[in-house]
Amino acid sequence: MSTNRIFLYKRYERFWHWSQAALVIFMLITGFEIHGSYEWFGFHRAADLHTFTAWTLLALWAFTIFWQFTTGEWRQYIPTLKKVDAMIRYYVLGIFTNAPNPFQKSTVKKHNPLQRLAYLALLAFVSPIIWGSGLFYLFYAYWKDGAIGAYLDLPMVAMIHTVGAFMMLTFFIVHVYLTTTGHTPLAHIKTMITGWEEEEQH
Amino acid sequence: MKANTILRIAAWISCVLVSSAQAAPVAPTLTDKLPAVAKGTTDHSKLKELQKPFKTGPEVTKACLECHNEAANQVQHTKHWTWEVVDAATGKKLGKKNIINNFCTTTISNEEDCMACHAGYGWHDKTFDFSKQENVDCLICHDSTGTYRKLPGDAGHPVYERKEFPHGSGKFVEAVDLNKVAQTVQLPSRRNCGSCHFFGAGANGTKHGDLDTSLIEPGKHLDVHMDAKGLNFSCVTCHKTTDHQVSGSRYEMTASRTGPATPRGKYDEHPAACQSCHSDKPHHENPLLMERLNAHTDKLACQTCHIPEYARNSIGTEKVWDWSTATTMDADGKRFAYKDSAGRRAFDSKKGNWTWDSFLIPEYRWFNGKVDFKVVGDKIDPTHVVEINSPQGSANEPGARIWPFKVHRGKQAYDPELKNLLIVHTAAEDDTALWHNYNWPKAIKAGMEVAGLPWSGKYDFVSTEMSWPITHMVAPKHDAVGCAQCHQNDGRLKGIAGVWLPGQDRNGLIDTLGWLMVGLASLGVLIHGGARVCVLCRPKKNEGKDEQ
Repeated sequence: MSTNRIFLYKRYERFWHWSQAALVIFMLITGFEIHGSYEWFGFHRAADLHTFTAWTLLALWAFTIFWQFTTGEWRQYIPTLKKVDAMIRYYVLGIFTNAPNPFQKSTVKKHNPLQRLAYLALLAFVSPIIWGSGLFYLFYAYWKDGAIGAYLDLPMVAMIHTVGAFMMLTFFIVHVYLTTTGHTPLAHIKTMITGWEEEEQH
Repeated sequence: MKANTILRIAAWISCVLVSSAQAAPVAPTLTDKLPAVAKGTTDHSKLKELQKPFKTGPEVTKACLECHNEAANQVQHTKHWTWEVVDAATGKKLGKKNIINNFCTTTISNEEDCMACHAGYGWHDKTFDFSKQENVDCLICHDSTGTYRKLPGDAGHPVYERKEFPHGSGKFVEAVDLNKVAQTVQLPSRRNCGSCHFFGAGANGTKHGDLDTSLIEPGKHLDVHMDAKGLNFSCVTCHKTTDHQVSGSRYEMTASRTGPATPRGKYDEHPAACQSCHSDKPHHENPLLMERLNAHTDKLACQTCHIPEYARNSIGTEKVWDWSTATTMDADGKRFAYKDSAGRRAFDSKKGNWTWDSFLIPEYRWFNGKVDFKVVGDKIDPTHVVEINSPQGSANEPGARIWPFKVHRGKQAYDPELKNLLIVHTAAEDDTALWHNYNWPKAIKAGMEVAGLPWSGKYDFVSTEMSWPITHMVAPKHDAVGCAQCHQNDGRLKGIAGVWLPGQDRNGLIDTLGWLMVGLASLGVLIHGGARVCVLCRPKKNEGKDEQ
């Protein structure tokens, strides 16, 4: 059995992933403190840090969107239903019987079909919920007396934001767990750090 | 080359330092030989009108009016003189002359005592002539000596002869040197206004909670504007006064003011409001915080955050006055009194029980500046706590803000049949007054007769409440109420309707479903992962499992 090494994640991609991870985790921590779930930084600092982190993440995204389009990497997120059933079967059964992973990563297909669907949902559904409500939350003073104020109020914005936060937290838990499903528990993480995928040959 | 440059710079700096350290010789100027500049444009001690010996207050006033010939008429148009304010909305006659409070309860029939705080002389009873100019008291507001004293029982006259006060205490108050006081008049200081406003309801700090003698020479921590070593504002710096009309009133309050700051001197109908100097967007901290704090100004009064506690001193303020225990005598049937552990009045057979406290967190409620008063003769519902003055306003009114209040609670006499609060004649040295005869029916009868109101002959005690907006004792900004004081589960604004506070408010259903989803995801991950671990740990039957 030999291994085949391919360079999967470029330097910017890895920087983006890990800085985004850190920012999202920090936003979850500060966000749920603002929500009143626990006390750590204190409300005032939590709110300051949450807002600051939000702007940082938006800036990171501005660069990343630019990167996605200039490199054509955005195509990685085009959803497909091909092999979705095989992936599901793998996670439900195959993984326990040492069956081979039906998906083989390549530089043009970095994400398995389930991943693609999950990331698309994150991008197209969870993100707009969080970012939309978050910006409305931040700029409450500017719309409450205007036309928007007739249809929207702060409780609504806050509740939508919270719904988004729960979705993000759930994604985070499952996402972290699925990193352990490589050929060794830390294989995916290692790839995400070094960029090199050590592929098992069957 | 480099060393050379450094040397040159060092030489230049030392030159500057030396030249600034040596005091340059000052050339004689034209003002050198003039006397020092006095405060004000008139030295009153040089006026011949003020040289003749004054025996009474009105004599002084007459002398004042010889020059300031419009002053008395101006004062007579103010509520400092009339003690009357007509509520534009209801037409009700308010003001100290007409309302009932839950401290001393009422001035009616008790003028002899209460008028120690009237800016006039001789208001003994309802026959007082409100047009007589020499009865205006100039000195109570313009005394600079701190010796001008008016005592209860003299209907507003100052102390003309040395006398014992309080009666039987062994302490004496000296007669006022009216000439000295008249010759040294000044613009009102904090002490002048405080001589009445710090002592409302009879003792230092009793009534307001944000006004007491600690504001005569306050430190910055107590009031950032009145700070004696700093900004040193007097009362009239904010309560800008024109023609003796003092701005700012509890009866017609400015609960909110929007827009930019209006510098002093420009026309401004709300000069006493914080925003008249600070604008409604006063915060200039870092951009993130500034935005958020300024977004609070459409819901919160400035005072709500910037006066974290009132009565921030050992003087404290009165929280409760229970008249129902008044006339309780000791075992020998004699009047008795005692104080609390901090030396503040706690009981007196004349007046009942009190509770005092210091460093108090205000109670908060929506307020649009309008206050609904119960006045003499108004019907009350004795089955509930009677709100003698009820601040109006709610979340959906653009002019309303959440304000801090001192709520003073009490029990006082009411007529259980006619259902109104009773006028009690308390202060007089005769058999009709409560503080002399300790007889409720006699005192009520006398009071109600003076008020010209019917009384069923029965009396009982009803619980009452009064709300006093807190607006003084503004703390330095680093002492302002912190975010988490409200943004938490049991915060200061708990129960205030119409606001959504992150950290306090959340949707229970979303939280339940959200945590359920997170819990299920975690559980699923644990089961899936656990199952994988079990499979891995099982003794391997199939060969060729990889190297490690």
